[in-house]
Parts: sequence; C-alpha cells; structure tokens
Amino acid sequence: MLKLENITLKLFEKNLFNPFSIEISGGTIATVMGPSGCGKSSLLSYLCGTLSSEISGSGKIVLNGRDIQKIIPHLRKIGILFQDDLLFPHLSVGENLAFALPSKFKKKERLKKIENVLEEIELPGMYSKDPATLSGGQKVRVALMRTLLSEPEALLLDEPFAKLDKDLRERFRNLVFSHARRNNLPTLLVTHDSADAEAAGEKIIFLK
Amino acid sequence: MKIFVVFPFFIKFIFVVPILVGIFGVLLPSFGYFPEIGGNKLSLDVFGQLIREPTLPNSILLTIFSGISSTLISLILAIFLSAIISSGDFLWCQKRILANFIVAINRSLISLIAIPHAAIALGFAFLISPSGWIIRWISLGFSGWDTPPELETLQDSMGISLILGLLLKETPYLLLMILISLPQIKFKQYIYIGQSLGYGLFDCWLKLILPQIYPLIRLPVFAVLVFSLSVVDVALILGPTTPPTLSILIMQWMENPDINFRFVASAGAVLLFLISFFSIVTWRFLEWVFLENHNNWQINGKRRSGKILQIFTILCGVIVVVICFLNILCLLFWSFSNRWAYPNVLPSIWTWGNWERYWNSLQETILITLEVGLISTTIALFLAIGYLENENYIKTKVKMNSFWWIYLPLLVPQATFLLGIQILSISLHLDGTMIFLIWSHLLFVLPYIFLSFSDSWRSLDHRMLMTAQCLGSSPLRNLFRIKLSLLFKPLLVTMAIGLSVSIAQYLPTLFAGGGRFSTLTTEAVSYASSGDMRVIGVFAFLQSILPLIGILLAFLIPKFFYRHRSEMT
Repeated sequence: MLKLENITLKLFEKNLFNPFSIEISGGTIATVMGPSGCGKSSLLSYLCGTLSSEISGSGKIVLNGRDIQKIIPHLRKIGILFQDDLLFPHLSVGENLAFALPSKFKKKERLKKIENVLEEIELPGMYSKDPATLSGGQKVRVALMRTLLSEPEALLLDEPFAKLDKDLRERFRNLVFSHARRNNLPTLLVTHDSADAEAAGEKIIFLK
Repeated sequence: MKIFVVFPFFIKFIFVVPILVGIFGVLLPSFGYFPEIGGNKLSLDVFGQLIREPTLPNSILLTIFSGISSTLISLILAIFLSAIISSGDFLWCQKRILANFIVAINRSLISLIAIPHAAIALGFAFLISPSGWIIRWISLGFSGWDTPPELETLQDSMGISLILGLLLKETPYLLLMILISLPQIKFKQYIYIGQSLGYGLFDCWLKLILPQIYPLIRLPVFAVLVFSLSVVDVALILGPTTPPTLSILIMQWMENPDINFRFVASAGAVLLFLISFFSIVTWRFLEWVFLENHNNWQINGKRRSGKILQIFTILCGVIVVVICFLNILCLLFWSFSNRWAYPNVLPSIWTWGNWERYWNSLQETILITLEVGLISTTIALFLAIGYLENENYIKTKVKMNSFWWIYLPLLVPQATFLLGIQILSISLHLDGTMIFLIWSHLLFVLPYIFLSFSDSWRSLDHRMLMTAQCLGSSPLRNLFRIKLSLLFKPLLVTMAIGLSVSIAQYLPTLFAGGGRFSTLTTEAVSYASSGDMRVIGVFAFLQSILPLIGILLAFLIPKFFYRHRSEMT
C-alpha cells in the first residue's frame, strides 16, 4: 500500500499543481496525467527523494506503513522505469540484471535466477550479450526485469511507453502491468497518453 | 582554406619528433656514445657503473613508492570528491545551507590547479617542518615545546611529505578532469536508477559511473603517474635526501664536476623511462583486471551506506583547501617578516624590506616569466585554433582518444627527454637561447591549451556559423568575427591556463634556459636550498599569486568588455 497525502511541489514559492492525496493498494495501477511542464516527472523525483534543489516538495509518503519522506533515496525501496531504458553500457545484459539482485542470493543462485528471468523475457542464453546490440523491445524488457529484481515495494512508471511504436507499446504495457499485479506492487504511472490511463483502468489524477 | 592542413602536421612535428629525438639523445650516451666528452664506442659499461651506485636500489624503491601511492590516493580522493560535488545533495544532510557550503568549499579545490607545484611545495614545507606553522600553533596551546621538536616531518626518508605535497596538486587536477568528462555520459540518470535499485551515492559512483568515465580520464591519470615518478622541483623541496628519488639523482649526476657522470645520468634517465613505462603497463593491467575482467564487485548486489566514507571524503577535501590556503598565507607572512623566531605564530617584526631588497631582480624575473609564458601561450593558441579550424575542412569528427600524441610530453618523463634534448642541443649550440626556452614551454602548454579550448570550440552552435556563411561571410571572417568573438571568454580563460602552466615549469626552464634565464619558479626553487624563508616567501608568493591574477583577469575582462551583452559573460 502506497499512501500519498497532500502532495505538492513548489518552484519559487509557487505551487506547480494543487495538492492531492491518493491511496494505491498492492497490485493496482494509478495514473497521473497532466500537460507537459506541470511537474509530472518532478513528482516522481520527489517520491524517490532525488528532487533537484530549486524545486521543493511537501506531503506525506507512506509505503507499507513506513513514512519514507525523510529516508535517503536508496533505502526507500521504490523502483522506477523511465522512457529511456538506461541499461548500464559497461555491463552485459546479464550483469545489468545481477546488479539489481540483492546480495542475499549467492553465486549459483544468482546465476540461476538471472537465467530464469532471461528465459521469461525471451532472451535465453543472452547473459553476456552487449546491451547495445539488443532491439528496442528487448531493452525495455531487460530494464523492467532489472527494476523488479531489486525487490521494490512500489513501482513508479515515468512514461515508459512513450518512445515505443504502437504495436510494441501495447505489448510492453501489458507485460509491465501484469508483472506489477503479479508482484502485488502499488504502481503509479505518469503519462500524457489517455490510452495508457485507460489500459491501467484504475484511479486517475489530473494535475492542475 | 587548404592552408590549415599544415597545422596537424606541424603540431605533430614539433611534438612527436623532439620527444623521439630526446629519448635517442639519452640512449646514445647511456651506451657510452657521447663524442663531445670522449665517448666513442658503444658498450654496456655505463649501465654497469649505474648498477654499482650504492644508493640506487633504495632510490628506485622510493621513486616507485612515492609515485604510485600519490597517484593512487589522489585518484581515489578525486573520484569520491567528484561524486560529492556533482551530485550536490548528499542525502543524509538535511540542512540545505550546510550542504551547499560543503559543496562550494570542495568545488573551490579546482581553482588550486592554477598554483604552481613549487609554490605549493614551498608553502607546505613552511607549514609542516619541525619549526613550521603547524607545530608553532600546537606549541602555543599545549605541547610545551620551546625548541623545535626532533621530528622527521619534512623530507622524511619514507617520502611521506613528498607524497602529501604531490597530493595537494594532483587531486584538484584529476578532479577537474573527471568533472569535465562527466557530461559525456548520462550520469544523473544512472545515479537515479542506481539509487532506485537500492544503491547509495558512492556505490553508484564506483559501480556505475567510474567504469564508464575511466576511459575518458585514463591519459590524464597516466600523465599524473609519470609526473609523480619523475618530478624534480617538488622532490627537491619535500622529498628525502639520503637517498633521494631517481630524478634527483639524475640531476646530481648531471651537475657532478666529473664530466664522466654525464654518462651515468643518461643511463639513469633511461632507467627512469623504463620505470615509468612499466608502471603505466602495470597500472593498465590492473585497470583491466578490476574494471573489466574481475567485475564481480560491481554486480554482486552488495549495498553499503557509505555514510562514513562520505564524511571522510568531505573532510579530506576541506583539509586540502585549508592547507593550500594556509600555504599561501604562510608564504605571504614570511615575505613581510623581519623577525619570526620559533615558537611565535606570527612575525614579531614586520617589514617591507624583503620586497625592497629583491625588487630589482624581481622585476627582471617577472618580465622573463611573463614573456616566456605569454609568447608560448599565444603560439599554442594559434596552433590549436589552426588545428581545430582544419577539422571543419576535413569534415571528420576527431575523437578525443586520437589526441594521445598531444599527451606525449606528459607521458614521457621530463627528466628523460629533456636531458636527451639538452645533450643534443649542446652539440647544436641551441642551449640557452630564448627560442629554445619558449619551445620547451610550448611542449607543456599546448596540451592544456588544447584540452581547455577544444571543448568550448566544439560546443559552438553550428547553426550560428551556417547563418553567417549564408549571409555571405567568408571562412576567415567567420573565424574572426563569429567564432573567436563568441569564444572571447573561453579564449581568455584558456590563455590564463596556458600562462599558469608555463609559470609552473621548472625542469624545462632549467634545461632549455641553460642557466641564462631565470623565472619565478627556478628562482624560488633555487632559494629553497638557501633556507632563507623571507626570500623564498617573496618569490614563492608571487609565483602562486601570478597565475591566480591571470585567471581573475580572464573572468573580469569579458565582464567589462561585454557589459551590455548579458549572454557573453
């Protein structure tokens, strides 16, 4: 359960949007919509704790009963997916996944888990492949699995489908949503495409 | 504009050829061939003589230890400091003002690269010697030492003070190199992702940013490595004496009245070259092992908070800044002191006398320093602009890595190829001429001019140039009226950097000047052995303040010149 209370962002003492509150229970996908420049991406930065210094945010963020507003970013357990895949270019496909995996899994188990994931996203045996050689669809799938392997407690989606063509877009959207539901993750989707919001089919917030 | 084609060839000619010639110039005497002083046939006797030098093994160990450890420590420090500076928020620090202050003071480290090595070393020596400022402050409070304690704080036999002195200068340099490479990768987004995957700032920096950024700073790191292994001026001031580092031994052999020691000096220079070469090879191998081959530490999933390390890094950054500031302050105080006996923390009698006494010789020294600096900087800038302009005509984007040859003067130990060139120049009767001196400075000024100016040049908005062209502006007019006018400020900043590099040169001035020309640096270092703190204060203070004035002017002049053009400053 991800609870947001009276969330708003300020730029030079001016509210970017009116405060809003929402409760997102596990496995549901809430959508935030709004025109470009209204602070959609900054909202996600605020939730992750990486807001740049000129913008200030306020409002309570409660994740599974923990108030995480004052917690440093890497301990918040919030996973995020961007429209760029942002795979690390110095690591192989498998190593990108291994990076996300918690250290409690030891050598053989790590390898096994990663191979299973690669099979699941139809990239079997591609552990040592250079991420730059993958197709666009393959890259976003690796990025998704990388986020999920880090065992987040909530998922943020920053227009992750925006750069894909129409066909790929629907397929990837279904994949992301089904994984979010299967892992019982409270998910917040930021988008300006109403088709995304419809597909999510849950609460929609319009920032204004 | 075919004429610009000559620039790449010319630059390579004045860069690559002299260095090869210089290496050749020490190789021949090291095998016993130096007809001017009676060596007529090739043999291995000289190396035999070198090996029998009793202090040699210790010297070699000391050279390798001080060179490698100062490079390694300053690299690690620069990596962590760059993380703090460029991420801005260190995330455990809730107080914004404190965070901004810490970033600002760590950022001010970068300005320290303008201060010449010798000045930093001299100031540092004043600070840490047994009768130095730090011990005086301690005695004032509670130590109760009324005579300087018998501590080996300066020129210690392990080379610790040498390593610390090198650190003060190399950390800011490597830090700057990292900061200017960062925009080439999407580092902010990678950190964002890394944090959302549960990694702290330093973990992200080491596992995600460093492997991507390292290839971009590899050559500067090697330059620092070679410099630390072969440095002369800093080692003279801070380094151990019994035995000294190899580069100092070479100098001593060169100055030995027994002319036969010139052969040994050449063999020593060849040895120094080999040490540098194998250090680079070993370093490169370890790089490959840790960053590419054994990268399990990057992907084992271990997450550490790194909070203690962050605090430690910030402390180190602050200490470096404070020490360098105290260095300059201490030099200034000495230059105005008439009587400053131990254990007073301030001079008991102040005076203008030191400045008056040396005013005449100072004027001449400053004039030569500026003359050599400005001429070599102007020539370097001219060459760099010609080279960059040529890129437009050959229509190929030149990659940074294809510039390796521009680093060549920084990758071969100065003591090696300058010695070789000096030996040859004696035969050609070129030594001790102004042209030779300026050229030797040019070798070291040009790489920095290039590095600093090519970035700004390439970031010019090409549509602006196309617009001018379509308005009928000729290529030459385009160059002067558009490009160079738009780049007025980077141009001045680049000149200031070139000037500071030239002011800092010790060995080139000594070898190429043949003792006939003295600059602030050679004067300051030569007075260092006299132990007269007041004179050293005068020369070293001027030496450290002159480059800073240059950089200040580079920022102020465009502000005045373009005071009605807000985008130009």
